[in-house]
Amino acid sequence: MLQVENLTVYYKTIRGYVQALEKATFTIADGEIMGLAGESGCGKTTLGHSLIYLRPPMNYIGGRVVLDGRELPIWDMEKMQEFRYRHISLIPQYAMNALNPTRKIGKMVAELLESRGVSYSEILPELKRRLDLVQLTQDVLKMYPIELSGGMKQRMVMVISTLLNPSLLIADEITSALDVSTQKAVCEMLVEFRDRGFVKSTIIITHDISILYQIADSIMVMYAGQLSEKAPTEVVFQDPRHPYTRMLIGSLPKVGVRYQEERLRGIPGSPPQLLNPPPGCRFRDRCPVAFGRCTEVPPFLEISPGHSVACWRAF
Amino acid sequence: MLSLERVTKVYRLGAFGLQKLIAIRDVSFEIGEREIVSLIGESGSGKSTIGKLILRLTPITSGTIRFEGTDVSTLNGLSLKEYYRRVQGVFQDPFASFNPIFKADRVFRMVRDEFYPQVGMREWNEKVEGALRAVGLNPPDVLNKFPHQLSGGQLQRFLVARALLLDIRLLIADEIISMLDASTRVDVLNLLADLKARGLSILFITHDLSLGYYISERAIILYRGRIAEMGPTDKIYNRPLHPYTEMLMESVPRLDRKWEEEVRIERKAALTGSVPGGCVYADRCPKAMDICTREEPELKEAETGHFVACWAR
Repeated sequence: MLQVENLTVYYKTIRGYVQALEKATFTIADGEIMGLAGESGCGKTTLGHSLIYLRPPMNYIGGRVVLDGRELPIWDMEKMQEFRYRHISLIPQYAMNALNPTRKIGKMVAELLESRGVSYSEILPELKRRLDLVQLTQDVLKMYPIELSGGMKQRMVMVISTLLNPSLLIADEITSALDVSTQKAVCEMLVEFRDRGFVKSTIIITHDISILYQIADSIMVMYAGQLSEKAPTEVVFQDPRHPYTRMLIGSLPKVGVRYQEERLRGIPGSPPQLLNPPPGCRFRDRCPVAFGRCTEVPPFLEISPGHSVACWRAF
Repeated sequence: MLSLERVTKVYRLGAFGLQKLIAIRDVSFEIGEREIVSLIGESGSGKSTIGKLILRLTPITSGTIRFEGTDVSTLNGLSLKEYYRRVQGVFQDPFASFNPIFKADRVFRMVRDEFYPQVGMREWNEKVEGALRAVGLNPPDVLNKFPHQLSGGQLQRFLVARALLLDIRLLIADEIISMLDASTRVDVLNLLADLKARGLSILFITHDLSLGYYISERAIILYRGRIAEMGPTDKIYNRPLHPYTEMLMESVPRLDRKWEEEVRIERKAALTGSVPGGCVYADRCPKAMDICTREEPELKEAETGHFVACWAR
């Protein structure tokens, strides 16, 4: 179980702080797959990375992160070392292209495990079992990354990053570079890993909301560094309460919808600069229902079980 | 308006170009007046190659591309310039299409220098503003700015406006919205629909199936450089005939339907490039028969306007 309270992370630049993540408060239950959605620059990757690898120019400003009852020292790069990979694992964007091309995959895994003080030979049977599970032959351990296809590499990366059964897996855009058929296989692996208890909670960071509709238990939407809404997946689609969520979902083309019959609408305007963002709700300028109160920052409140929203109109 | 007849493109790779990669092979299709055609394929299917061939960015190996009856490969000098007045392309990465050290509206000036040197500056500026309004931009907001000061959606619309300044009839839109955010993406899509209403034809190249459905009347499904299936969009999506299209339609993440439980992990990676002899999809096809590995299926009309290249049909 992951609890995040008032987590605030800024980027330090010569012109001041870029307020990339502002007072994020949420929890993820054991076994929950949470999708983190939002447009580019909304802070979703900052949030994901700050939980495990908060390095400059990211600056820890405040807040607490508690994983399975233990507070994580996320502000301390050294102390976090104990938690990384064993308890929290991150698959960064483009990880599948970051496999060392000069090492055979088995050797690379052995080196990785050694650096964490785990014996490769002890874990090898389990590793082989998991390769079978994701339908990779055990021969991949003797291959170089270049011999694998994109989907195979991504499956390999997922096996490696969950080998020590972490409590939390953060997967950043792991499906975006894949073809639709391999995309589906990788997504289904995430669900299977959860079902088998290889990971407890999962955060999937993606800009592709239709992927989240398929596999996520809950979806959290961010806008310009602030949390907008978090709710079970069905609720996000059936009864979104934040105007941004509503407009975002309304702008998605669906198979079966054509422009002649139903013209979708985008969201006019663009997100504010985060260097000196305007006070209050950051969606205010683009929001069709904004009113006087929106100059105050709305709290992120639970309006029904599991459904939190930050909008004055929703309370 | 535009027709491709048995178009093949072979790239030479490796030292001295000894290896060959058949990017597309014997591809034939047509684009009519005021028609939006989606060209859908996964990475390596050759969809961008087709766009490049139409725009003459790379030479054709065999076959012919005709635009309003004229063989495009015979064009040169003035006639080629005339062709570019009528056919233009917009590509995936809007940031890569602009030179970052110049202001973004330089692209308009270049069009004037190249194609309309006789038009006066004032008249030209009016024309530019008109084109910007046509793509849904407010000229004072976007003129006189550097590319980094504009958003991806704005830059992409800039490029469409640039194409509109010319008297274009056909726009090749190669993955033009895949880098845009969901909220601006649909605006660019709607813009394409508006352009069609103004009389343009569009070849919409994409890997995203839901976008293809929203915008186009006809769709072409490409697999390893061959057309697997081609026909009216709703037929292709609702009653696909080719096993590859079926697989695509099952795996595309949709918002109206969850994935079926059945897991079908692709055991083999889709190879890039095409090889003659047998169906290109045979090694991954669940319905493959003996004939599929021996003889290549031709594209046949299964029902009116709906073509499929599959022995099982």
